Amino acid sequence: MSVQDAGFGKGINGPVPFPSNALSDVPFRVYTDPEQYRLEQERIFKGPTWNYLCLAGEIPNPGDWVATTLGEVAVIVARGPDGAVNAFVNRCAHRGNLLCLTNKGHGKEITCIYHGWSYDLEGRLTGVAFERGVKRQGGMPPEFRKDEHHLQRLRVAELCGLVYGTFDEDVEDLETYLGPLVVGGMKRVLNRPFHVIGRSTQILPNNWKLYAENVKDTYHASILHSFLTTFRINRLSMPGSINIDESGGHHFSQAKLDYAAEDADYQAAQLRADTDLKLEDSSVIEAFDEYGDQVSVQILTVFPNLVLQQVRNTIAVRVIRPRAVDRTELDWVHLGFDDDDAAMTERRLRQGNLIGAAGYIALEDGCVGGFVQRALQYNDEGGGVVMMGGHDAESQNFRASEAAIRGFWKKYRALVGA
Amino acid sequence: MDETALRQGIDNLYAAYTDCIDDDRLEEWPDFFVDDCRYLITDRESHAAGLRHGVIYCASRGMLIDRITTMRRVLVYEPHRYRHILGAARLGTVQDGVAEARANFLAVRIMHDGQSSLFVTGRYLDRIDVGATPLRFIERLVILDSPKIDTLLVIPL
Repeated sequence: MSVQDAGFGKGINGPVPFPSNALSDVPFRVYTDPEQYRLEQERIFKGPTWNYLCLAGEIPNPGDWVATTLGEVAVIVARGPDGAVNAFVNRCAHRGNLLCLTNKGHGKEITCIYHGWSYDLEGRLTGVAFERGVKRQGGMPPEFRKDEHHLQRLRVAELCGLVYGTFDEDVEDLETYLGPLVVGGMKRVLNRPFHVIGRSTQILPNNWKLYAENVKDTYHASILHSFLTTFRINRLSMPGSINIDESGGHHFSQAKLDYAAEDADYQAAQLRADTDLKLEDSSVIEAFDEYGDQVSVQILTVFPNLVLQQVRNTIAVRVIRPRAVDRTELDWVHLGFDDDDAAMTERRLRQGNLIGAAGYIALEDGCVGGFVQRALQYNDEGGGVVMMGGHDAESQNFRASEAAIRGFWKKYRALVGA
Repeated sequence: MDETALRQGIDNLYAAYTDCIDDDRLEEWPDFFVDDCRYLITDRESHAAGLRHGVIYCASRGMLIDRITTMRRVLVYEPHRYRHILGAARLGTVQDGVAEARANFLAVRIMHDGQSSLFVTGRYLDRIDVGATPLRFIERLVILDSPKIDTLLVIPL
């Protein structure tokens, strides 16, 4: 690391310096610094990363499009006449106006409301209003060529029905980016045709990284979410694993269902496991081993913005959308499989109470990042300790560990620097 | 029950329901529902698209009781309350002892430190058992105008 990279000599324009090369040292200012947030947009979201954009099933037919964001950048994902998925920035090549004003639509072309420039669903400029002027006056000069003014295109890739995009020309293909381990975790969950059964958005009053870390944090799950321990859903003493790709950025954790697991470690720690509580209607946790492998919880992440969850029989895609240095939107897309019968659908709907903004094992994640953000406000010198389970970001067959969080910082520092 | 009495009964039910929540007497909240009830919080767009998943999806009075038990004894969040402002109730069809009714609402969230903000607006779409007293909800669909929920939702609406 050069002196310049560390921020010295660059004034406030460099990335926040890290105190050491150790992945377990994370300076607090990365969550509060507006300049860091701007750098992340350039170096992570617009950098060599694959970002989740939408479900392929949201644009099933040629002509279908959705408007979404990659980082803070407005983008359009469209299915062209040949059936291929295309993505381009939602910004007219003429004067930079937002092209699509709604979340979804259908058509042969997209026309800017401002001056009527139109584009096909591959992002090519096809029409310019009054290109030849009016009554032979005005119009575009002869050197103007429409094929030099297409929309800025993204590379796209699809895996398991999820569409990803990148601004980067050089980033490796999606499956290489994810690595075989994480690809395997994704194929395990999305192993058959699925559809959307619900959506919502949770506004998180915190920096996006606090949530990205939270979902990689197997340590907090059975402490903060006391519903899990109270009703014996996911104790750290259950068999499980953390699986991290080579870059560190992607992972999945698994826990197996084992009601016989000892709770001695909880009692010893005198945590607040309230074992006399009973549910009046336990259908909210009655799970069916639909994958036949006893895995009851699998949380998978793709750096930087995707979470794919299987919590019992709830399947959901969560999309982390940074909105400001201290504000994040979390989109929840709840899925069911096309072969679900009525009983399975009802099971997923009832277990839906576990997750989302009102979820028994998720709602605390909506506020805890905000508590951290508040504590760091104007008090962000120093840093945190991410040392549970060692200093490395390697896969582990236990979950009392912060290895996947260290993996996040390994990938993050490779991209942002410092 | 004649229509005037029915309208008055529904007005009273609506007012008592929001008072129960806003006054933090949530242990009484499940009693506003029949045993075999449905309580769903969703948003306008999801509801229009026929999506059945809800931010909260309760398909029995037991699930409502569990919502309150976990909120009181298990879940972790900052103390806060709501103030509901209700629009006029509108009565729909009444058939076989079941009345359809609806009302618009607005809920302000008041945090423990006094910070107040507009939390949600929406519409209740109800099916009410009017064949017995007191009137109880067979189904209460809480259709939020926006799919965005700030931070978390733990107190029922």
